[in-house]
Amino acid sequence: MSKKYDAGVKEYRDTYWTPDYVPLDTDILACFKCTGQEGVPREEVAAAVAAESSTGTWSTVWSELLTDLEFYKGRAYRIEDVPTDPESFYAFVAYPLDLFEEGSITNVLTSLVGNVFGFKALRHLRLEDIRFPLAFIKTCMGPPNGIAVERDRMNKYGRPLLGCTIKPKLGLSGKNYGRVVYECLRGGLDFTKDDENINSQPFQRWQDRFDFVAEAVRTAEQETGERKGHYLNCTAATPEEMYARAEHAKALGMPIIMHDYITGGFTANTGLAKWCRRKGMLLHIHRAMHAVIDRHPKHGIHFRVLAKCLRLSGGDHLHTGTVVGKLEGDRQTTLGFIDQLRESYVPEDRTRGNFFDQDWASMPGVFAVASGGIHVWHMPALVTIFGDDSVLQFGGGTHGHPWGSAAGAAANRVALEACVKARNAGRELEKESRDILTEAAKSSPELAIALDTWKEIKFEFDTVDKLDL
Amino acid sequence: MPFSSVVDYQTVATLETFGFLPAMTQEEIYEQIAYVIAQGWTPCIEHVHPSASMRNYWSLWKLPFFGEAELGAIVAELEACHRAYPDHHVRLTGYDAYTQTQGTAFVVFEGRA
Repeated sequence: MSKKYDAGVKEYRDTYWTPDYVPLDTDILACFKCTGQEGVPREEVAAAVAAESSTGTWSTVWSELLTDLEFYKGRAYRIEDVPTDPESFYAFVAYPLDLFEEGSITNVLTSLVGNVFGFKALRHLRLEDIRFPLAFIKTCMGPPNGIAVERDRMNKYGRPLLGCTIKPKLGLSGKNYGRVVYECLRGGLDFTKDDENINSQPFQRWQDRFDFVAEAVRTAEQETGERKGHYLNCTAATPEEMYARAEHAKALGMPIIMHDYITGGFTANTGLAKWCRRKGMLLHIHRAMHAVIDRHPKHGIHFRVLAKCLRLSGGDHLHTGTVVGKLEGDRQTTLGFIDQLRESYVPEDRTRGNFFDQDWASMPGVFAVASGGIHVWHMPALVTIFGDDSVLQFGGGTHGHPWGSAAGAAANRVALEACVKARNAGRELEKESRDILTEAAKSSPELAIALDTWKEIKFEFDTVDKLDL
Repeated sequence: MPFSSVVDYQTVATLETFGFLPAMTQEEIYEQIAYVIAQGWTPCIEHVHPSASMRNYWSLWKLPFFGEAELGAIVAELEACHRAYPDHHVRLTGYDAYTQTQGTAFVVFEGRA
């Protein structure tokens, strides 16, 4: 006998709170930090989140009976206390795989962080983590190339890569901009980077920049005998324009382009990543706008989710913060999401903020990019925290050198290699940082003066968003 | 800023990892080889004439030294390769079978152009 239609409003928990449910291996699982309005029971809040992010709406509707909602509904299956925050709690929700389009991060986020975030019964809501099942992961292409392929193509082994953003961020002509690229690369950097704000403005149209930069890269390669690249920012107002820029970068023989995946959007990013796989182009990903979404401890989306989404959408590099520089980022949390970028399996570990076991199967890894307010004195800590599969980017710490960008680049390269050499020889980098750097400076006047220039600069502010432990 | 205190930076041709450090002492080279072995990587020796150093493929010296854990054996092979090709760059790579790339690669003997 079929079900009867009973118009009216039911409590969400009658349908969507299922504490006995055992999640399937194919379910997408989510952990939300919920802060409900006063007086609303936790189960009702959790059920409301599950309902509004899946099949539910506020009223019973007749057309529900045309389908089997028991098959399609999201289920709140667990509630946990947040250790340091009595007014909030974690709600775990399981979503059946068939709620989502294959290979579409856009679709997953539209459901999980859609209308539900404006829901009145909630004061705050934060998506802390998503467990993507293998069945979904295998429908995503992921990084166009991955860490191993990039190392082989760029001929960089056994150390972090070294980069820097061209400064000033805005206002240079194409030719003057290419000059700064050339100076950095001839000084020993592997990569230089367009600032995220640089697209194609009146003071410097994109094609002019691309053409001058290509000459700078080629000349630096010829003179140094090493492989070099510059992240040519293809982020544009329309996908058509983005692809036109990417095609031109490829025609110039450049190895890598760049995209801003949050302002540009996941659909644009996934499309560009697929283009990069087809064309054999590396893809650097910037994350402008992330802090709007991920910094508030009770509302928004944690960056580990945005990082997982990027690995699925596709990118070969992703900015992760530096822990030690000018931008927000706690050490354990950062280690947690750089694991999500690079490892093939990441176990649940609350001390790193990872709420689920996450199997990445054969998905290529993404280089973690540390950039923002770092200088040579930070090098030992950066090598320790980020390891070899990272790109360390010193902007002010390169161009701010008293002898110019080439000398600044050389100082960073010497410091980096001294740290790697010391680490391999069994020395403790963070403990012995002063000795390692001052020894290295004996054979490098560029490093000696860099150490002197930045010796007092620290960014010691408390982290706003801490792990709940 | 007085320009008399600014030093002109001259571009140097380098050979990737450790290219910006002064030539390593014998003991320092041994430490790096020991690191390759300790990581479980397979040591491998390659050499090339300096005019061709930007190629992906340098000539392989014998075969990768699968399962070789003796530091002295690797050192002896590096020296033998250098004696056989005194003008060539000789580098040590560590093949990482898990990541399917090289864990590291650095030049031990620089050749003469």
